[in-house]
Amino acid sequence: MTPRRSGPPWPHLLLGGALLAAFLLTRWVTDPYANDVLTTIGINVILAVSLNLVNGYTGQFSLGHAGFMSVGAYLSATITLLLGPSILGEDGGAPWAQNALFCGGLLVGGLSAAAAGLLVGIPSLRLRGDYLAIVTLGFGEIIRVIFQNIEPLGGALGLNGIPNYTTVGWTFAIAALTVFVVVCLINSTYGRGFIATHDDEIAAEAMGLNTTRYKVVAFVVSAFFAGLAGGLYGHFKMSITAAGFDFTRSIEIVVMVILGGMGNTLGVILAAILLTLLPEVLRPIAEFRMILYALLLIVLMLLRPQGLFNFRRRPR
Amino acid sequence: MSPLLNLDQATLRFGGLTAVNAVDLSLPVGQLHGIIGPNGAGKTTLFNLITGVYAPSSGSLNFDGKNLAGLRPDQITALGIARTFQNIRLFPQLSVFDNVRVACNLHRATSPLHTLIRGAGFRADEEATAARVDELLALFNLERFRDKPATALPYGEQRRLEIVRALATRPRLLLLDEPAAGMNPSEKVELVRLIKEVHRRFELTILLVEHSMRVVMTLCERITVLDYGVKIAEGAPGEIQKDRKVIEAYLGEDHTNNSAHH
Ligand SMILES: Nc1ncnc2c1ncn2[C@@H]1O[C@H](COP(=O)(O)OP(=O)(O)OP(=O)(O)O)[C@@H](O)[C@H]1O
Ligand SMILES: [Mg+2]
Repeated sequence: MTPRRSGPPWPHLLLGGALLAAFLLTRWVTDPYANDVLTTIGINVILAVSLNLVNGYTGQFSLGHAGFMSVGAYLSATITLLLGPSILGEDGGAPWAQNALFCGGLLVGGLSAAAAGLLVGIPSLRLRGDYLAIVTLGFGEIIRVIFQNIEPLGGALGLNGIPNYTTVGWTFAIAALTVFVVVCLINSTYGRGFIATHDDEIAAEAMGLNTTRYKVVAFVVSAFFAGLAGGLYGHFKMSITAAGFDFTRSIEIVVMVILGGMGNTLGVILAAILLTLLPEVLRPIAEFRMILYALLLIVLMLLRPQGLFNFRRRPR
Repeated sequence: MSPLLNLDQATLRFGGLTAVNAVDLSLPVGQLHGIIGPNGAGKTTLFNLITGVYAPSSGSLNFDGKNLAGLRPDQITALGIARTFQNIRLFPQLSVFDNVRVACNLHRATSPLHTLIRGAGFRADEEATAARVDELLALFNLERFRDKPATALPYGEQRRLEIVRALATRPRLLLLDEPAAGMNPSEKVELVRLIKEVHRRFELTILLVEHSMRVVMTLCERITVLDYGVKIAEGAPGEIQKDRKVIEAYLGEDHTNNSAHH
């Protein structure tokens, strides 16, 4: 692998540009199908880039991303459903008021997911490799069962009638923010510690790095953005069920990270886009879609085990 | 003056094997102290004890008057103990520059949140860190490899990079585990010069494990000999070379060779 260089020189400029582009997209994209696809792409980019901080850069194997996503989805939807009528009034309120409510809901969703990340992370990040995968998988399943059994949250039927607040603009803006945060973190003296933790924990500790702290930070930041993605998802689909956040959803995100080349943000973004578009392209042959999808993954992993979009040399 | 590092009956057992057996050691500030012994004598394990990789089964370790019991390895490094590894452990995904930079985190002036704001204070801190890294790389003549992956370096350069990386933590005590292993004679001469140089320049106390007798004898003021985890001798290089127990421990072995204990 070639070493990581210091990254883009003006991360804030890039963020500003991306936010502007997101705003313009909201104006220009009027076709409902394009709107659907673009929103799904944006949500998947958020999920994959945030998971990449844990599974790629920090080298931990988390299988619970859908769990954090569901925390964000449920809590943000609860906020907009519960507070919406009293804050916005009968007529649904002005657009700015709706957006402010949505923003608050997303924030609550993200922070709750981050808190869940801290709760799961502190005890389980002392575990290594396969064990961590099992614990996070267990967390995802537990959280699903919990949501399924809370009647005020709709039980097995899920939450319905969530207001349709998510736009392409919101989604792309938050995707840009996710990329910005991960890129800024990694491209710093502090952030190189995530990669050092991945490469050699004993050496990293001998250099004065608190590797457990690094893992927990990665986990919490990653869960926060998964929570935001969940919030966007809920206000995009307008109805959510706990079953929609099962472990196949987690696997889907893990596949994006692996395909993009672990610890390679640009590659992971491209993989998230590709894996969102692929099922769309394969729609005409619906019966064979999943088989083809699976075959494609197997072939890709055999031909490019370092990740489809990873052009760095593999270490010896 | 009280010693910088003091081991009192330090012991570590792996199941039935006592890898380090009731070792006493007292390092005065500024000493360049050698540790020798046949393969499997417990030299590396002793380093692992001092740096907190393992907790002692019994006995105590003190650094600068502080008991090291219960401290994590990163906390021990923060107190001022740094090390290199016998089996090189550089970070393969990081460049030469970043391997050293990541070891500067103990002395970072800004918090992780500043990486997002990236204000003037953050940039100044990053620049100061980079300048310090470049200075250390230049001292070891490694600046030409600055942006190469660390593990792409020739073997001898990797060993020297490990020393640079350890120095970046700003230690007071430096532990070197076989820094000359795998080096050719001219590289060894250069290494001896560098160790002397950093010892003087950074006012270090150094503990050195080495099989190359020439390196140990030219560098060290005092030498401790381990055999089967037990300290069998300690003294000046001249005394050690004449010590009967030491000669017996090495009996039939070429002193400069890495042949195994039988
Ligand atoms: N983690 C461990 N678990 C069990 N036994 C160990 C462990 N680490 C070291 N040992 C044993 O402890 C003894 C001392 O090993 P150590 O690596 O400290 O020797 P050394 O003096 O550094 O040898 P060398 O000159 O070959 O590097 C050896 O018998 C080794 O097999
Ligand atoms: Mg050893």
